Formats: sequence, structure tokens, C-alpha cells
Amino acid sequence: MPTRTVTIASSVGLHARPAALFVQAASATGLDVEIARPGDDPVDATSILGVMALGAKHGEEVVLSADGDGADEALDSLVELLSTDLDAE
Amino acid sequence: MRGIGVSAGLAYGPVVLVQPPVRPPSDEPAPADAEAALADVKAAFEAVASGLEARAGAAADTAKEILGATALIARDKGLLKAAGSLLKAGKGPASAIEGAVDQYAAQFEALGGYFAERVTDLRDVGARAVARVQGLPEPGVPSLAEPSVLVAEDLAPAETATLDKSLVLGILTEGGGRTSHTAILAAQMGIPAVVQVAGALAIPAGALVAVDGDAGEVTIDPDPAHVERLRSRVARRTAALAGSRGPGRTSDGHTVALLANIGGPQDAEEAGAQDLEGVGLFRTEFLFLSTDRAPTVAEQTDIYRRVFAPFGERRVVVRTLDAGADKPLAFADLGPEENPALGRRGIRLSAERPELLDAQLEALAVAARETGADVRVMAPMIATAEEAAWFARRVRENGLPKAGVMIEVPAAALRARHVLADVDFGSLGTNDLAQYTMAADRMQGELADLLDPWQPAVLDVIAAACEGASAAGRPMGVCGESGGDPLLALVLTGLGVSSLSMAPSKVPIVRLSLSLHTLADCQRLAGLARQARTAQDAHDAVHEAASTELTALL
Repeated sequence: MPTRTVTIASSVGLHARPAALFVQAASATGLDVEIARPGDDPVDATSILGVMALGAKHGEEVVLSADGDGADEALDSLVELLSTDLDAE
Repeated sequence: MRGIGVSAGLAYGPVVLVQPPVRPPSDEPAPADAEAALADVKAAFEAVASGLEARAGAAADTAKEILGATALIARDKGLLKAAGSLLKAGKGPASAIEGAVDQYAAQFEALGGYFAERVTDLRDVGARAVARVQGLPEPGVPSLAEPSVLVAEDLAPAETATLDKSLVLGILTEGGGRTSHTAILAAQMGIPAVVQVAGALAIPAGALVAVDGDAGEVTIDPDPAHVERLRSRVARRTAALAGSRGPGRTSDGHTVALLANIGGPQDAEEAGAQDLEGVGLFRTEFLFLSTDRAPTVAEQTDIYRRVFAPFGERRVVVRTLDAGADKPLAFADLGPEENPALGRRGIRLSAERPELLDAQLEALAVAARETGADVRVMAPMIATAEEAAWFARRVRENGLPKAGVMIEVPAAALRARHVLADVDFGSLGTNDLAQYTMAADRMQGELADLLDPWQPAVLDVIAAACEGASAAGRPMGVCGESGGDPLLALVLTGLGVSSLSMAPSKVPIVRLSLSLHTLADCQRLAGLARQARTAQDAHDAVHEAASTELTALL
């Protein structure tokens, strides 16, 4: 299963607006996308509460994984999203 | 119907009922069919999500984003799954929703900071879904399609603060009181409001009502002539107030500073743009109510700078953190108390946690220096001369020039001469002073009559405080709601008060009232009020003897 490790760029962490944008993007892929802190159990990336409950802060790493057709492309776009300071826009 | 008018003006429009939050039934049975129950729960969340999205579509930028994110919570698969597990474990649908929300809320609260703030949104979603799944309307202020009069048991401070002034014509509550936060915020926003209206919740939604926020009169389906009479009185008042400008003074030139009560930067901007002489009460705790850790000096400095700037060289009287009792703070909680209004609040909390006071004074000093504002700091809940001296020393050590004390404990009022000796000024907090003089809880709407600031005993305590201030050679102001009552303002002036601080919307009528009377008139009116046997008699005697040019407008 393709995975990616990415550092959270948003200054407020993966919370509020950044979390909402990420969950919307993950849902839009139509795939089963999961997100985890390295070494921890993954949570459903389309669940806003699950994503926020990770408590991933600015500068921390998370691991994304997805399965199915186009998983690599989908993960690349999600990585790009998380590498941007979503709260600054 | 009649209640207590707490925010002036006339409102006439259709009634919209604000639904109270509903809890799951205490004896909710386990669902006969867990699958079907899950479908009901899912439908309830979906209905909440669509409702929030519809509101997001109509809202402006920031609100749109917040509502959109809240809708995502309502559609959350994890939340639905957690509710599903609880259904399987034998919980009823409403209890399952509440339980699922509690699980996530606990996780977010444990994370703290930004994450803990989202708990409010999560609980809001939960409360809506709990109501929906029981076939009840969602709680809270519904989205308003047209300008309306809100009717509620009472409004939470957050609900009142986020009202859209262009759509809320007026507010009626069955609960609340003269000094409840709903009343204070409504007056600040200039929305006519009447509280303690028995039977208000029985008014059918959509019925037309006329609300007179001065007299406290509520008329359901009024005839056009009545609305006309109310309108013409409001028009007369508006015309009379249009000519009311400049500093406060009696007709013979005795000055009484007219000041604003404010709670944050936005209030400051609005009040700063108005014709008034500064701020007599900046309530700092409102800024800290929503955070779960003590704000840093830098964060506070930034807020104070924004509050001071709109007033240029005008005075800004800041009350230091007044937590406890009805305003518990997450980061300054000393644990549950049997009797919080008589417990470790105000200066007593500052004495236990001096680092909170020092951080606040440091931030105020920096902001004062940077903006050049005339900043004066006062402490809440002072009871003795030692407390006043302790506070004054800390204020001066932090480089702030002027220290004062709130006079809201009868002990301090009776001993004002000594309490004020080590400080520069006193300010009567008439709401708490009435509460402590009459031994009547401010939060108990049923005790509103005892809390009436016209109570002769309260006026006697105020008079004693003014005599003490005069003996000590210190100015005494008023920053309770009574300063904004145009008749009571005359009495207070007659008793020796030299500044009146109030909701900014009340400044024009108080200015007009002062301008129609001499200082000797005010002293005579004060005498009449103190000679009265009851609060009603005191009010009526002053109403009778005051200038008819004023009373025709009330």
C-alpha cells in the first residue's frame, strides 16, 4: 500500500481550517485514505474529528496511506496540501 | 405583558422562539432494532449538517468557514460509528449521540489549546442532533429570514454576543434579570430588551409584538394606534437626543463625566467613535472567558493596545480580572465553593494568584505607555483599607500612575474614607453593591425586586460611600447599570458622584437628563429618594419631581 510521510506546515497544526480542507480533499479522492502519527494506529482521513484528535501540531510528521487506483497521485496531492501553510491563505 | 425593561427603544415585529437545549430522556429505552436506530441517528446528523450548510451558504466569510467546518463534524463517520457502538450496547438514540460527543470532547479537552476550543462546536452539533433525533426543533437562535423579536428563557452570553443587529429587532426573556449578561450586552448593542416577562415563551411563533425596552411593556398583536403611540414617543425621544452633545454637565455647569462600559476591542472601537468622555469600566475578564490557559503578557498587551487606541487622550478605567462566582475561568479556578459570590473572587483571587495580577498590570503599563492613553486601574471586590493599599502598591510598582477600587462591598462603602485614603478614586459597582446590601443573588431573576437599584437601603449605602470619598478628597464614580438610568443618574449626581459609566447607548438620554436639572435639583431629588419608604416610592417621587421635559420621553 502506498504511503507518504509529510511534515505539517500549518502554523496552527492540523486543526480548524487546515483540518477541514484536508478532510474535504481526502474525501474527494474517493479512496480509503488513512492518516497516522508515525508508529501509531491510523485513523480515517475523511473523519474531521479523527484527524483533529490526532493533535498533529506544526512541524510534526504524519504518515498518509491509501489503497486503490490512483492512490499514488491522490497521496501526492494530499502531501502537497499538508506541506502548505493552509492557515496563511 | 410586562417585564423589566433593560435596553431602551421600541421593537415591533414577528416573534421567533429560541429553543432551549434538550437532554436525552433520562429513561430512554434501548432501541428494539439497533439498525433502524442507527439510521435515525444518521438522519439526525445529516439534517443538522444540511441545516448548517444552508446557513453557511448565507453567511459572510469567517462565519461561512466556521459553519462549514461544523457541518463536517455533523457528517463525521467516526462520530456516527461511536454512536452506533453505543446503540449496540443498549443506549437509546439520543443518549448514544450524547455519549459519542462526550467521548470526542474528552479527547479534545485532553489535547488542550486550539483543540479544546473545538469542543464548543462539537457540543453544539451534539445538542442539535439530540433534539433532531427526538423530533424536536434544534436549540439556539435559528437563522432569521426577516427582522424579528427573539423570545427565549434566557440567552447565553455567547448567543447574545453573536446576534446580528440588523435582524434582531428586540429580545424578550422569561428569565434573566436587570443585571444579567443578556441585559448588559443587549444594552451595549442597542437592541431593545425586556427580561422577566412571565408567559413570554407561550407567545406563538410569528405573532407580532411591540416591545418597549424602557417601560418594559410587551403588547401582543397591538392595534395600530398603540404602535403609533409608542412610535411617536420613540420619535420624540430621538429628536430630543439629537441635540444632546458634549461633556456631561448640569444646567448650572456642574460637570459629571459620561463614560462607557466596555468588554473588549470591538466595544472599544464602537464606543470610541461616540460622543462620550472615555471608559469608566473596561471588564477585562470577558477577554479571557474562552481560553483555558492564562493569557501571556504579550497577548494581553496587544488586546489592551487595541482597547486604548480608539480613546486617544480620553480616560480608560480598567477593572482587573474579576473571576469567580458567575464568571469562572478555566485557568484561575480555585475549586468549587459553597457560595462563590461570597468566595475567593476579584481581589481575593488576585491575592491567591498574584502572578495573574502582575502579568495583567505589566501588560496594561506597556500598552498605556505605547498608546499614551489616560489609563486608570481599579480592583474588584475590595472590602478593607488593607486590600486597597495592597492593590495600590502593586499598581504603582508596575509603573501605572493611577489606582482605584470598586466599591461594591457594603463594608468598603461604609468605610470609604479609609479605603480610599491610599488610592486615587472609587467606583461604585451598583449591581454587586445591591446584591450584597440586599443579600439577594444577582443571578436569581425572581429576586429582581430586591435588586432594584432604587431600594432606599442601597441608596443609603451609596450616600455613605460618597460622604467617605468627599472626606478623603477622592472622586467617586458609578459604573453599574444604574448610571445609565436617566432618573437615577440625577439622584447619584445629587449624592456626590462625579462620573457615570454605562452602556454607550444610554449616554445621550443621561446627558439630556443632567442638562435639564441644576446640581441643587439633583440634591433635592436625592433627598426625596432617600426619604421614600420603598423602592417604588423612591422612583415615583423622583419621576414626579423631575423635569417634565425629561419624563415626557420616558
